[in-house]
Amino acid sequence: MKYQTQRVAYWYFLAAMAVFAVQVLGGLWAGWIYVNPNFLSDAMPFNIIRMLHTNSLIVWLLLGFFGAAYFLVPEESERELHSPKLAYIQLLILLLGTAGVVVTYTFDLFAGNWFLGKEGREFIEQPVWVKLGIAVASLIFLFNITTTVLKGRKTAITNVLLLGLWGLVLLFLFAFYNPENLALDKMFWWYIVHLWVEGTWELIMASILAFLLLKLTGVDREIIEKWLYIIVATALFSGILGTGHHYYWIGTPGYWQWIGSIFSSLEVIPFFAMMSFSFVMVWKGKRDHPNKAALLWALGAATVAFFGAGVWGFLHTLHGVNYYTHGTQITAAHGHLAFFGAYVSVNLAIITYAMPILTGRDPYNQVLNMVSFWLMTGGMSFMTFVLTFAGTIQTHMQRVLGENFMDVQEGLNLFFIMRWGAGLCVVIGAILFIYAQLAPRREIIAKAENEGA
Amino acid sequence: MREVMTKAMARNVFYGGSLFFIVVFLIMSAQSVRHITERSTASAELTEGVARGKKVWEEHACINCHTLMGEGAYFAPELMNVMTRWGVDDDPEGAFDVMKGWMEAQPSGIEGRRQMPQFHLSDEDLRDLTDFFLWVNKIDAQGWPPNEAG
Repeated sequence: MKYQTQRVAYWYFLAAMAVFAVQVLGGLWAGWIYVNPNFLSDAMPFNIIRMLHTNSLIVWLLLGFFGAAYFLVPEESERELHSPKLAYIQLLILLLGTAGVVVTYTFDLFAGNWFLGKEGREFIEQPVWVKLGIAVASLIFLFNITTTVLKGRKTAITNVLLLGLWGLVLLFLFAFYNPENLALDKMFWWYIVHLWVEGTWELIMASILAFLLLKLTGVDREIIEKWLYIIVATALFSGILGTGHHYYWIGTPGYWQWIGSIFSSLEVIPFFAMMSFSFVMVWKGKRDHPNKAALLWALGAATVAFFGAGVWGFLHTLHGVNYYTHGTQITAAHGHLAFFGAYVSVNLAIITYAMPILTGRDPYNQVLNMVSFWLMTGGMSFMTFVLTFAGTIQTHMQRVLGENFMDVQEGLNLFFIMRWGAGLCVVIGAILFIYAQLAPRREIIAKAENEGA
Repeated sequence: MREVMTKAMARNVFYGGSLFFIVVFLIMSAQSVRHITERSTASAELTEGVARGKKVWEEHACINCHTLMGEGAYFAPELMNVMTRWGVDDDPEGAFDVMKGWMEAQPSGIEGRRQMPQFHLSDEDLRDLTDFFLWVNKIDAQGWPPNEAG
């Protein structure tokens, strides 16, 4: 740890991993309800479990991004954080909000209350008071990070990271705008959801990846930063108008079908570029960094993001296809692999890289960590395959032949059983990952014999 | 590559291009808002009942089982066209009756069937929710969903 205040990131990563555990266990539960629909259906209905599953995903990814920023900004800016105290206050607000959300959802408290009750638009169900807390915490964060960057050395990595984080926070403000007209509601709801995951978050992901590759491969900064700008340019050029692929069937004008199809097809490019760039940098790099697990996660993130977000996204993004697949298990398949590949993996990569540095240890438990990578990636891939098959059958039976939704779903039972098994692998992988980070065991991979590799 | 494009050039392309696409997106968004308010949702009046019905829909987190216009969870049926599916899209009273009967019958308790919770909705809530679904059913969504199954 070069700068003392980087230590803040340690607590963010711990919190992120704790919420990650909640998220995957929630997923396991939700998957089990698909297999056994009567399971605790009175006490914990499916909608509550799913809210916990999706909300905790978002919260822990954000905690990871904040942690990553607190870790890499001092190193890039070559100075201490503006205020570690503000960073801890921010973390406390976020954790209080998270606890409030879990309790409110689980016990269905304050239903209907405008301030304390849940709000019920997908992914932004948090009660108003929690949303305000998130907004305040985010502003504290932006102030803290921006001040640090402005006072220190400015690099392309911090520029892009900052732009992504500012965009993320500003777009979140649309969560406070809920028009009575459902079509308008949906249109601006995508300003948050799409422009996060296919816009600002891509900037954050690309800058974290660039930072990791810089550290892990030792390639010249000039090259990495040039490619970073090119990649994020392709991300925004395709992603902003790519929002159109959500505007096909929600009451928006018909021209979005063409705009959305064309630009969202181009969204494959940034993900392909990130993947190629990562591998090329590793091949070019001369450094033999001891943290092999971090390298595996970084390459894994770039690769699985290409398949999950790029290929599986393209699979159903053309409007002629989407007319039939919209809102089927195909979407679920794409959503799982895209989030895992792009944002879960990049967070786990930076955590894997940073934790040994933050705790002042060698990178322990690397084999265990790599096992967890293959368990999670394998499990998530298998889940994506079975959901894609399920979605294909559903699309044909329900959307083409017009058979009743529930009858079709019952016919898909076998796939849902396999999906649960795949989910179990992911959960085991996640637990192994957390254990590998926290348990201080001495196990260092021997240096590769062929030094040149 | 270094000769073709420098870092500064890449940076300028990124900032300039992004700004361009943001402006285009905002112009198209403004046009879309007009399309929604004046055309696609203009065939049925957005009454106070519809607005309250949307609140009922949100307060019970219905979107985390159902889809509405294809968005939401994929655990329970699509509801944009539920009134057509029930055959009551032009009959508000009939729609209310079917809705009330349906909601009172939940959860079915049948072994091996997905369960919908009992939400204890008042008649007022049920009427508002019915109004909301009748209104949503009338949105011009470019011909989606493909059929009654939703």
